Amino acid sequence: MSFLFEPLQYEFMQRGMIAAVLVGIVCAVVGTYVVLRGMAFFGDALAHTILPGIAIGYLITGGARDALFWWALGTAVIAALGIGAISKQAAIKEDTAIGIIFAGMFALGIALISTVRSYAVDLSHFLFGDVLGVSAQSLWLIVVFGSIILLTVAAFYKEFLTLSFDPVLAATLRLPVNLLNNLLLGLIAVTVAVSLQTVGVALMVAMLVTPAATAFLLTKRLPMMMSLSAIFASLSGVIGLYLSYYLSIASGAAIVLTATAFFVIAFAWKRIKPA
Amino acid sequence: MYPHSNHQKDKPILDVRHVSVRYGGRAALENIIFHLHVGERIAVVGPNGAGKSTLFKVISGVLPPNSGEVTISGSQPTAHSCIAYIPQRSQVDWNFPVSVADVVMMGRSAKLGPLNWPKKRDWDFVNHALETVEIVNLANRQISQLSGGQQQRMFIARALAQEAELMLMDEPLTGLDTPAQEGLLDLLDTLREQKVTVMVATHDLEQAAKHFDRIMLLNKKIVAFGDPLKVLHSENLLHAYGGRFRTVEGTDGVLTVDDSCCDEGEHNSIYD
Repeated sequence: MSFLFEPLQYEFMQRGMIAAVLVGIVCAVVGTYVVLRGMAFFGDALAHTILPGIAIGYLITGGARDALFWWALGTAVIAALGIGAISKQAAIKEDTAIGIIFAGMFALGIALISTVRSYAVDLSHFLFGDVLGVSAQSLWLIVVFGSIILLTVAAFYKEFLTLSFDPVLAATLRLPVNLLNNLLLGLIAVTVAVSLQTVGVALMVAMLVTPAATAFLLTKRLPMMMSLSAIFASLSGVIGLYLSYYLSIASGAAIVLTATAFFVIAFAWKRIKPA
Repeated sequence: MYPHSNHQKDKPILDVRHVSVRYGGRAALENIIFHLHVGERIAVVGPNGAGKSTLFKVISGVLPPNSGEVTISGSQPTAHSCIAYIPQRSQVDWNFPVSVADVVMMGRSAKLGPLNWPKKRDWDFVNHALETVEIVNLANRQISQLSGGQQQRMFIARALAQEAELMLMDEPLTGLDTPAQEGLLDLLDTLREQKVTVMVATHDLEQAAKHFDRIMLLNKKIVAFGDPLKVLHSENLLHAYGGRFRTVEGTDGVLTVDDSCCDEGEHNSIYD
């Protein structure tokens, strides 16, 4: 048992554990819609696009971690609505437009951060996360904003479901389709900001799609898919952190690899299971 | 909360006046004029690309026309949540993680309003709708497990749960075997008793002639509209289809045709 408890004697491990579980649940629930609506590329692009915002916050505040959350949040919401608006223009294909913007913004972020001498370490935290560096204050931000996300998903459950399954039905029922679409983009944006410290921008898309995709393989009902996805994501957070502690590997990568392992197992089980 | 205009009883359920739609520079619909009365059953027939789906989208208020106007019982389509658009089966994501009852309950979203969860009354609506279309035993099935005919029935149940008064069905008979088609057409008879007005887009002229009050022959313009026997004579069909059809002598003296052109691969459903 000491195997399990030993890491938890450190306060940063306890906070990291709680953060990983909470972020996992939020990403898993929002990620269900990302998977069902085929928005994985959008989620990946959005996460990368916020890097310049974080970089500017980093340069202005001199690297104060807790303030970076707000910079990430602001940039993510603007980027989400911006990408959403660009997607409606027909001049070039949607994925091409998103690709151009996200790579450009990502490069801008790296350029800005590279102006600081000690940039390598900080940059790697933004890219791959630093869940063990979560402060008590950051944890509270995760709790508050994570709750807002989950409550919003619950409040508009039937609207999001209807819109995702059949947009034409949503339109003929006169649901506020544009508002709901933007609300969903906003939810993904806040999720990205909340998850920043846990997995970082480069691995974010894994938390959004991998647990939800694993759940999709195993169930055919949406509430069950959300629940299973949340379970896989929080388990990935916990197991990933133990792996990180004992094998001395980067925490964000360990969490994502665990989530990927769950997916591979579910996928293999689906294949060999007698139909 | 969501808009729902009162119906003016003296106005037709659907009035389409001088509607034109163009995609880019290409005309999809030109100067469409017609109106329908409550409880009528119309078949919309025409070759692929004739504008059937476009017409339905304009009527349902999802696509605003470039010119002209549509009114539903006296007011704009966007003021009504009583129009049901039943999609072609090929356009539905059948792997979406929902049950039949879930899909039918979606029809209640507007009546429920924001922030409300389904109540007993809504579940009663769903159950009753499923009973009407005779698939109440399939309520908890995942939607990928349905046959083609059952899929159509589910969407009709959803329209009933929506309390639809105008039902627009896009190619509901395509890809179904004959018994399933007949079952669906019988079901439309039941809907007539409920005063639901139905427009069905179809390729099958023989069935259109047999089962519908009026036939609209559409090819961007209305080529002919009226009594099936009068509409389906060869001159009209030539206008609508150009040379791309074969004539077959139908059972009741009606000239029927097969649209010998492209089927758009709509017979590819693995669920039939």
